[in-house]
Amino acid sequence: MVGIVIVSHSNKISDGIVDMCREMAGKDQIIISAGGMEDGSIGTDAVRIANAIENADTGDGVLVLADLGSAILSTEMAMDILNDNSINIEIKIADAPIVEGAIASSIEAYLGGNLESCLKKAEEAKNFIKLNKK
Amino acid sequence: MNKSIYSYIKAMADTINENKDFLTQLDAEIGDADHGTNMARGFNTVITKINENDTDVSDVLKRVGMGLVSSVGGASGPLYGTMFLKASNVAKEADITQEVIMNMFKAALDGVKERGKATRGEKTMIDAMEPAYEAFAEVINSGGNLMQALENAVKAAEEGVEYTKTIIATKGRASYLGERSIGHQDPGATSFTLILKSVLENYKN
Ligand SMILES: Nc1ncnc2c1ncn2[C@@H]1O[C@H](COP(=O)(O)OP(=O)(O)OP(=O)(O)O)[C@@H](O)[C@H]1O
Ligand SMILES: [Mg+2]
Repeated sequence: MVGIVIVSHSNKISDGIVDMCREMAGKDQIIISAGGMEDGSIGTDAVRIANAIENADTGDGVLVLADLGSAILSTEMAMDILNDNSINIEIKIADAPIVEGAIASSIEAYLGGNLESCLKKAEEAKNFIKLNKK
Repeated sequence: MNKSIYSYIKAMADTINENKDFLTQLDAEIGDADHGTNMARGFNTVITKINENDTDVSDVLKRVGMGLVSSVGGASGPLYGTMFLKASNVAKEADITQEVIMNMFKAALDGVKERGKATRGEKTMIDAMEPAYEAFAEVINSGGNLMQALENAVKAAEEGVEYTKTIIATKGRASYLGERSIGHQDPGATSFTLILKSVLENYKN
């Protein structure tokens, strides 16, 4: 099973996204919230993200959905930390809107998709049309 | 270097704490008003992870880098964290000569550039760090001493901070402001310069 990790500056956002994904992807799909700092402040923490990625991996890889700025930098830092500790996990960061991308990819993961197809679903969410403007 | 590695980290922590509100104010103008808070939280965390009797420079820098990565919270966390971790790798040599310090500085600069993918002129800490490194290396490579190298580096960094007032941010939070970021100095370039200055002061005194 592909694991999904949600990285936001706010733990309320990442926890909320996990709750939304669960409604469709079921309770067994691995979706881990890695938002905010250990003490609850707004921010991102590469070590916290590295731990979440490690916990999310079952051997099929992990897809990370991140919000902006340091969420990306800290996730890349987390990948380096895992690498430096010889922890080999296939990890992709989706270039996608965090909410829509998380929902699309967690459903794909739940349906048995692999890391590539989950990444693709997440990134397709970028072009998702919300309004049918005439 | 003439003093304990702890004394240098302590000097950095002190200057960050003294300038916490100033750095946050700069970040309020063009960012999300947290740079001082972030940096102070980071340095106050790392100072508890090292002590005065530590002699292994590489190991101290590594603990500082990892400490910053997990406690700063903003973009400056992975950036400053990478800076110290890269310097730590080079500091593994038994004797920290001024050439080794120059190589540590270079590795740190390259690490930050690679992590943030910023180049000079994007209104980031690179605008202070890169000219500072160049000024530092010029002195060392022409046979000058560490004091002179640090003094020139600080001067170049300060000029770099002034330069950030004249340009538009294209990286980080400030990039959302576009042209409105002109006229304001970059918080990260400022904190870098303050840190470098604290190193010089500690070396001198
Ligand atoms: N990509 C980058 N490369 C180099 N320096 C950067 C980059 N992005 C931001 N910075 C530096 O970081 C400073 C801001 O640090 P701060 O701790 O306030 O993080 P932040 O921008 O609030 O992070 P976040 O992305 O979490 O909002 C900027 O002033 C700039 O010098
Ligand atoms: Mg900020």
